[in-house]
Amino acid sequence: MMEKMIFGRFIPGDSLVHRLDPRAKILFVFLFIGIVFVANNAIGYALLLGFTLLIVFLSKIRLYFLINGLKPIFILLIFTFLLHLFFTREGDLLFSFWIIEIYEEGLRQGIFISIRFLVLVFMTSILTLTTSPISITDGIEILLGPFKKIKLPVHELALMMSISLRFIPTLMDETGKIIKAQMARGSDIGSGPMKERIKAVVPLLIPLFVSAFKRAEDLATAMEVRGYRGGEGRTRFRQLDWRLADTLSFVLLAGLTAVLWYFRT
Amino acid sequence: MEILLEGVGYSYAEDTPFEKRALTDVDLHIPSGSYTAIIGHTGSGKSTILQHLNALLKPTEGVVTIGDRKIEAGVKAKDLRKIRRQVGIVFQFPEQQLFDETVLKDIMFGPLNFGVPAEEAERRARELVVQLGLPEDVLEKSPFDLSGGQMRRVAIAGVLAMEPEVLVLDEPTAGLDPRGRQEIMDLFHELHLTKKLTTILVTHSMEDAARYADRVAIMHKGRCVVTGEPAAIFSNEEQLGDYSLQPPRSVQFQRDFEKRTGLLLDSVSLTEEALAKNIAAALSKGSDDR
Repeated sequence: MMEKMIFGRFIPGDSLVHRLDPRAKILFVFLFIGIVFVANNAIGYALLLGFTLLIVFLSKIRLYFLINGLKPIFILLIFTFLLHLFFTREGDLLFSFWIIEIYEEGLRQGIFISIRFLVLVFMTSILTLTTSPISITDGIEILLGPFKKIKLPVHELALMMSISLRFIPTLMDETGKIIKAQMARGSDIGSGPMKERIKAVVPLLIPLFVSAFKRAEDLATAMEVRGYRGGEGRTRFRQLDWRLADTLSFVLLAGLTAVLWYFRT
Repeated sequence: MEILLEGVGYSYAEDTPFEKRALTDVDLHIPSGSYTAIIGHTGSGKSTILQHLNALLKPTEGVVTIGDRKIEAGVKAKDLRKIRRQVGIVFQFPEQQLFDETVLKDIMFGPLNFGVPAEEAERRARELVVQLGLPEDVLEKSPFDLSGGQMRRVAIAGVLAMEPEVLVLDEPTAGLDPRGRQEIMDLFHELHLTKKLTTILVTHSMEDAARYADRVAIMHKGRCVVTGEPAAIFSNEEQLGDYSLQPPRSVQFQRDFEKRTGLLLDSVSLTEEALAKNIAAALSKGSDDR
């Protein structure tokens, strides 16, 4: 169960997307999030979906794996879809049964919002799947560099982020281990009535918290022992390198925006 | 209780880019009442095999038979509680599973889950704390206030309190001081004999495997390559070397002793005590001849 989750995971690879500069990828995703809202009709959303699938294809990550890994998100997606479907009362009445009434606008909105959501989740997942946590942090630190002038602790923020990203898989593995240990002691997680299930979470959460705090303390000690004193005067081992492909990715994005704008109604 | 693995294969994270093969075509028979040691180099699949022994993992190929229950690849297994009650697992670093307010409650967690009455569970907890050499006042303390070694003992008590018929041990003494190791391993052996348990010990320590087990299985790259009696397995240094393992220290000493003195000992010395006895016998025989 846990091993299929892909939040925050990184799959090493050598695709076009993997090789892009992390700064480019982060900016790209942020701009893309804005551009998604330009689309407001069927052609626009189809274009967005197609564009996203193209990026997935370029990243050489199997679509099946991506969908499988994002299963928990789909629950949220279906929920949003149903909300729109049932509670939008505009346009022609398509279907009515008992107290359920489905309107044309509801169906349209439901589908559009779902696509928007899906496209956003896919894009951000591709960012973390193809960029190592260290590169992401480096990228963010440089992109936020100008804010140092207004005393924003950019280095510390970036470090915090990289540490939390780094520990997601570790904590996941640990959760799996503790679940197994408690299952071996007869605790049934994931079955039985709701009350029992909630009770079964306690033996899982407490050991997890204990070990997370212990890890945090160990990490802090290890950093201090090695003379870590924040970002001041710290040099970089990995130098980022902006290439033609990075510039071209923005040309592509600009093209998408132009086409979306053209078809916008 | 008998456990039988036939053609068992297992892959972690099947159908994802993280897919990792852990077991391939494992056949292993664990007779009822035996003490089986599973040895092997790091990453040989020891810990994976252990989780099949009470259906925490279901094989992706093959069949695991636990007592009268069959767990088959691709077939949904329901109601595994009975198996979990019969097969107790002490995981590596079991102190990580402690969670309750007091040691007593934590030890009672397992038995209560399996429907043991509260008084009976408490009786078992009080008895086990003494057996494991912990002071009795520990029962009302929080498990997180104890030392590492004490936490380990409490966690082990939590598994033993379920009174399983099969006891699976995954490096139960890793990280303990030598005396604590010996005490705990001796306790497991005593329980094995008095309660007629079927015991499976997964270990890096050849000394423990040689001292306690009556059967040894060697894992190598996800396959179970050799099974047999400890004396036969630990005297075959060449074979052990093939799987990057070394014989126990007493057997190494015996080999060097025989090479140096030309005297041959009567049997394979699986423990230091046996080694001393064998050497004494060989020396007195040697002096009689002269």
